[in-house]
Amino acid sequence: MSNSETKFGDYGGQYVPEALMPAIEELTDAYERYVLDNEDGFVDEFRNRLRDFGGRPTPLGRADQLSERYGHEIYLKREDLVHGGAHKLNNALGQVLLAKYMGKERIIAETGAGQHGTATAMAAAHLDVPCEIYMGRRDINRQRPNVFRMRINGAEVNPVDVGRGTLKEAISETMRDWATTVETTHYVIGSVVGPAPFPAMVRDFQSVISEEAREQAIERTGGLPGTVVACAGGGSNTMGAFAEFVDDEGVDLIAVEAGGSALDVDEERGVAPNSASLSIGEEGVLHGARTKLLQDGHGQIMESHSISSGLDYSGVGPELAHLVDVGRVTPATVGDDAALEAFHRLSTDEGIIPALETAHAFGFLEEALGGDDATKLAEPIVVNVSGRGDKDLEAVIEETEARELPNAPTMEVFE
Amino acid sequence: MSSSDRDDPAKRASGLEAAFDEPAFVPYLAAGDPDFESSLEYVEALARGGADVIELGLPFSEPIAEGPTIQRAVARALSSGMTPERYFEFCERLDVDVPLVCMTYYNLIYQYGDEPVRSFVERAAAVGIEGFVVPDLPAEEADLLREACDEFGLDLIFIVAPTTRGERLERIMAQVSGYVYVQARLGVTGARETVSDHTAESLQRIAERGGSAATDVPKAVGFGISSGEQAAAVVEAGADGVIVGSALVDIVAEGDETGRPTDAVAADLEAMARELKEGALAGGQRRPRPERT
Repeated sequence: MSNSETKFGDYGGQYVPEALMPAIEELTDAYERYVLDNEDGFVDEFRNRLRDFGGRPTPLGRADQLSERYGHEIYLKREDLVHGGAHKLNNALGQVLLAKYMGKERIIAETGAGQHGTATAMAAAHLDVPCEIYMGRRDINRQRPNVFRMRINGAEVNPVDVGRGTLKEAISETMRDWATTVETTHYVIGSVVGPAPFPAMVRDFQSVISEEAREQAIERTGGLPGTVVACAGGGSNTMGAFAEFVDDEGVDLIAVEAGGSALDVDEERGVAPNSASLSIGEEGVLHGARTKLLQDGHGQIMESHSISSGLDYSGVGPELAHLVDVGRVTPATVGDDAALEAFHRLSTDEGIIPALETAHAFGFLEEALGGDDATKLAEPIVVNVSGRGDKDLEAVIEETEARELPNAPTMEVFE
Repeated sequence: MSSSDRDDPAKRASGLEAAFDEPAFVPYLAAGDPDFESSLEYVEALARGGADVIELGLPFSEPIAEGPTIQRAVARALSSGMTPERYFEFCERLDVDVPLVCMTYYNLIYQYGDEPVRSFVERAAAVGIEGFVVPDLPAEEADLLREACDEFGLDLIFIVAPTTRGERLERIMAQVSGYVYVQARLGVTGARETVSDHTAESLQRIAERGGSAATDVPKAVGFGISSGEQAAAVVEAGADGVIVGSALVDIVAEGDETGRPTDAVAADLEAMARELKEGALAGGQRRPRPERT
């Protein structure tokens, strides 16, 4: 039998209430048997459903305009083309299917941007399991289209009013539900965070991204990529895009975090105006794992900020924190303004409207390759297009009007 | 994984066990709720009302094991400026003759001072704290805290949930000292109308699988108890004590919302404490002589 990883260096572990520990042990056992050892053909069914329901494999396409703009060969891994419009389905489908193999009768999940919530709602409808989603009130207001999609797929959406009403509070509230219903319910966590075995298991479900990208890169370009770039909030698209390249030491891995409006912390107000836990966070324990966190000097968790709800989180996956510590992954940050600019650039230059989360990865390309003092990145560069931006249109129009961006179209047609 | 010393309950401190010589009442309040000075009076009122041990919450921003009542208490205490250092001052200021147990989440213990975990425990011991309950620290992750508790002579209390069975239960019972926190029902903290049926079942399971600790270490039941009658029922079912949080925090919350004077709220807390302590004692009289001596 294969053993699952519970720690990544000093990070990871299982810091959860005792009531949940038996469920964590049950899940660990199910993960080892079905996911790692393909018992009862679980992995085969998962792959088939990813193909038939999820629309995989997704293409790796050359970004002609960006390649010309930056003088670098740039390829896009198109996770925005997965059913539902983001990489999130890879994990949601895997976990809902696993819950069925485990005989669980009910699915709960948290969501930030609503992408994981919609993916879970779709997977639960597809596999015929009742589903409830917890979502912060503030995020509900920022991401209305996704709330409608969840409801239309038949999921209950439970607003979370405590705190600032974002992903952090939604995760805490989902853990509370799970502590009550643990005997019949599986918690489909949405990222490579939480207690073991979630970080390793979610990575395994998402690693289909880098498995495909690696083969496609070899086929298209005759070799491995020089650089892989992905945005990082909790880090599920990041770990998915990196996993199969971690052992390829020649491939540079760059995790782009949300720099928000400023790259510092306001201890007095308990707020970090960014979500850059890999870049400026300190080691601590949150939501079941030891990892890098945005926290004050006492260990209270700070409120994070980002223009994109999906990156707006005070923690990050423990494996990613470990890979940064050992120097295998390089963290970078891109602020709100640069992300918004990159959103418009990809939309007008490549005809792809990216999620605001994804836009951070493209903001990094501009900052690294766009200026006069441009650094050189190893080629070819693969950027993970983690999701499409339809859900963000309202927010983008509002945020664009509030700024003077060099490359944004006006919405004057309505006047 | 553990040294033989740490597996030997005899080597562990237990200043707390004596508090359970008769059926005990163990109240919880969040320190600093709704403000430092009122909170001191409230905790002292609980002691006057008959508390045998006081679980004093050090508020953490992400209380994942707590229901809405205690979540709001934690938010009030944090916004009144409670920090770990203020918490230790609070303990020093408290004028009570009852053992204190610090209830908090692991990150605060981990972040304090120069040496993770050890600095916090050393400081806690210096202000007279006698034990810890850490809801997000299962036995698997508790080695560091267990070592520090042994070094400074503090007890480490573990929670046994309705889902805790078999080998897990044995592992926890081998690590616990002070008392076992028997969680009466699944879910989060909060006052309930009825006592859970799980209680007798959980106590039975601990007696069967708990090894020598099952008879040596007192069992206190919490989660949902809100009246003297419930306290009596829990003790009658075999508990050595009752833990009550949300029902007391409700009194603090209502006082805060309606702007009642601090001494009136303190008087209500004292009366509620008395009801719960008397309930525990009454429950003790209703059952056959306890097996513990």
